[in-house]
Amino acid sequence: MSKRIDVSDLNVYYGDFLAVEGVTMAVEARSVTAFIGPSGCGKSTFIRTLNRLHEVVPGTRVEGKVLLDGQDLYGPAVDPVVVRRQIGMVFQRPNPFPTMSLRDNVLAGIKLNNSRMRKSEADDVVERSLRGANLWNEAKDRLDTPGSGLSGGQQQRLCIARAIAVEPDVLLMDEPCSALDPISTLAIEDLIAELKENYTIVIVTHNMQQAARVSDRTAFFNIAGTGQPGKLIEMDDTTKIFTNPGEKATEDYVSGRFG
Amino acid sequence: MTVDTAARTESTPLTHRQLPRRIVPVVLAVSIAAGAGLAALVGFSLPALAILSAVVFTVAITTVSGVVEGRRKAVDRLVTTLVYSAFAVALVPLISVVWSVLDNGLVRFGADFLNTSMRNVTGLHDQEAVEGIGPYIGGAYHALLGTFLITALATAISVPVGLMTSIYLVEYGRGKLAKAIRFFVDVMTGIPSIVAGLFAASLFAVLFGVGTRNGFAGAVALSVLMIPVVVRSSEEMLRIVPNELREAAYALGVPKWRTIVKVVLPTAVSGIASGVTLAIARVVGETAPLIVTAGFTSSINSNPFSDWMMSLPAYVYSSAMRPLSGSEPQPSFDRAWAAALTLVIIVMALNLIARLIARIFAPKTGR
Repeated sequence: MSKRIDVSDLNVYYGDFLAVEGVTMAVEARSVTAFIGPSGCGKSTFIRTLNRLHEVVPGTRVEGKVLLDGQDLYGPAVDPVVVRRQIGMVFQRPNPFPTMSLRDNVLAGIKLNNSRMRKSEADDVVERSLRGANLWNEAKDRLDTPGSGLSGGQQQRLCIARAIAVEPDVLLMDEPCSALDPISTLAIEDLIAELKENYTIVIVTHNMQQAARVSDRTAFFNIAGTGQPGKLIEMDDTTKIFTNPGEKATEDYVSGRFG
Repeated sequence: MTVDTAARTESTPLTHRQLPRRIVPVVLAVSIAAGAGLAALVGFSLPALAILSAVVFTVAITTVSGVVEGRRKAVDRLVTTLVYSAFAVALVPLISVVWSVLDNGLVRFGADFLNTSMRNVTGLHDQEAVEGIGPYIGGAYHALLGTFLITALATAISVPVGLMTSIYLVEYGRGKLAKAIRFFVDVMTGIPSIVAGLFAASLFAVLFGVGTRNGFAGAVALSVLMIPVVVRSSEEMLRIVPNELREAAYALGVPKWRTIVKVVLPTAVSGIASGVTLAIARVVGETAPLIVTAGFTSSINSNPFSDWMMSLPAYVYSSAMRPLSGSEPQPSFDRAWAAALTLVIIVMALNLIARLIARIFAPKTGR
């Protein structure tokens, strides 16, 4: 179920502007990989290239290779829709569909793709996904109420349930806790620890403690200055990055002496 | 530090002198009395009373407030008064229109008026009715039916075209083509309605022979006016659907067209539906394009594809401008007013329906 990702020499553009330059990295299966770095260094842009969501913004393009278990995501005959079915994503701000009930939100990935499903089967998916996202106990009695009636932390866990309901190989998380309070954050971090048993997880975070707590490997991105492209500075085991990084810039950043 | 703060508190108190709350009605009453006196000098009339009272009130409240409360409060009261006056002025035409339509229209308005047509009603009947020999007869059923059919057809043409155009503009349109479409939609919004009518009339003249007039031609003329309104309102509604929802659907592996149909449109449907309803309300009262395309008739015609078809605006126009009886035009005028009342009721109902639709379809918050 879970797959590894190998990126080689990836350049990401907005129009003519090179936003991220020359990223080469390997993301291991069944592990948590964290991306850290200052704002504007291209972490979010880069993570969006991993499920081909970057290109939905007009005028954007990508050069280089992203291999999902050896298959190039940017190959000429690849359908981005099929890619996104295998690589799920959770966004910075919780975004449940406002027109749908809680239950329909969880089933959105299945229903919107018009797959037919028996009711008992759908019930199983809803329960399994909500249990997987640690939301079942809070949500089971209000499955038919609108998803937007939940609190922010619950909405984010609903979005995680929605993402894992389609059983992707990889789960991308773009600052999933930045809009949440510490308790909801803790719930989601616990969840990430459970999810990595089955999924490959990539998480962007501004919270260094969070990266240290949840991730197995950490990648540090940086930019030389405004208008310069973001670059991958170094990537290593999380403990190494936070205790004994290879680069001076990494050490400055993780120890708070940035700039 | 502490000494400094205490000194400042003493020099700039947080409280200041205030006028009592009851000052506004009191000054208003005095102003109306003064306005009445001034109006009597120039020759008393209701508009003169209203204008003079308003002027006196504005000056009085600003002066009193300036003396007691200070400059900032005085300016606040002045601007508040001006804003309320502007609102009152804006309401005058609306209230006066509604009043005169109700006052004149209720004479003949009723179930009988809505249920009968003008077939075989002549000036002789009107004269007899005025002389008290016969009953008042004749109604607007044929016009009501025509308006309903023509507007329904126009909606059936405009909504698919308009909605799909707006989907193209918001979801797909990039570059010059989209810019051109948006520009021409704006131009279409400003087309005079008679031009739309002449366009439809000449189109049908070319296709089906000169002088072809039927309900469908009227519907085509109305949809020329309606499409740009539908495009604009739907475009606004689709644009405010957050991009995050589209990306959330894409990230689940949902194709773009299905994202639009199942996520974007349902999220925007309340706004689109109320926009369409308001567009209908906008064209339902169009007169000129229907006169040149659908024509006039005194009979019931339920087939919009053949023969002339009456509509309510055309009925109002012909009853007011060409009374059946030259010597006794009042019954015709009464029918025109009753038909005008029917139109106003329809437009108001459509506006209410638009609000209702917006509320019913709006995404539920669940709180």
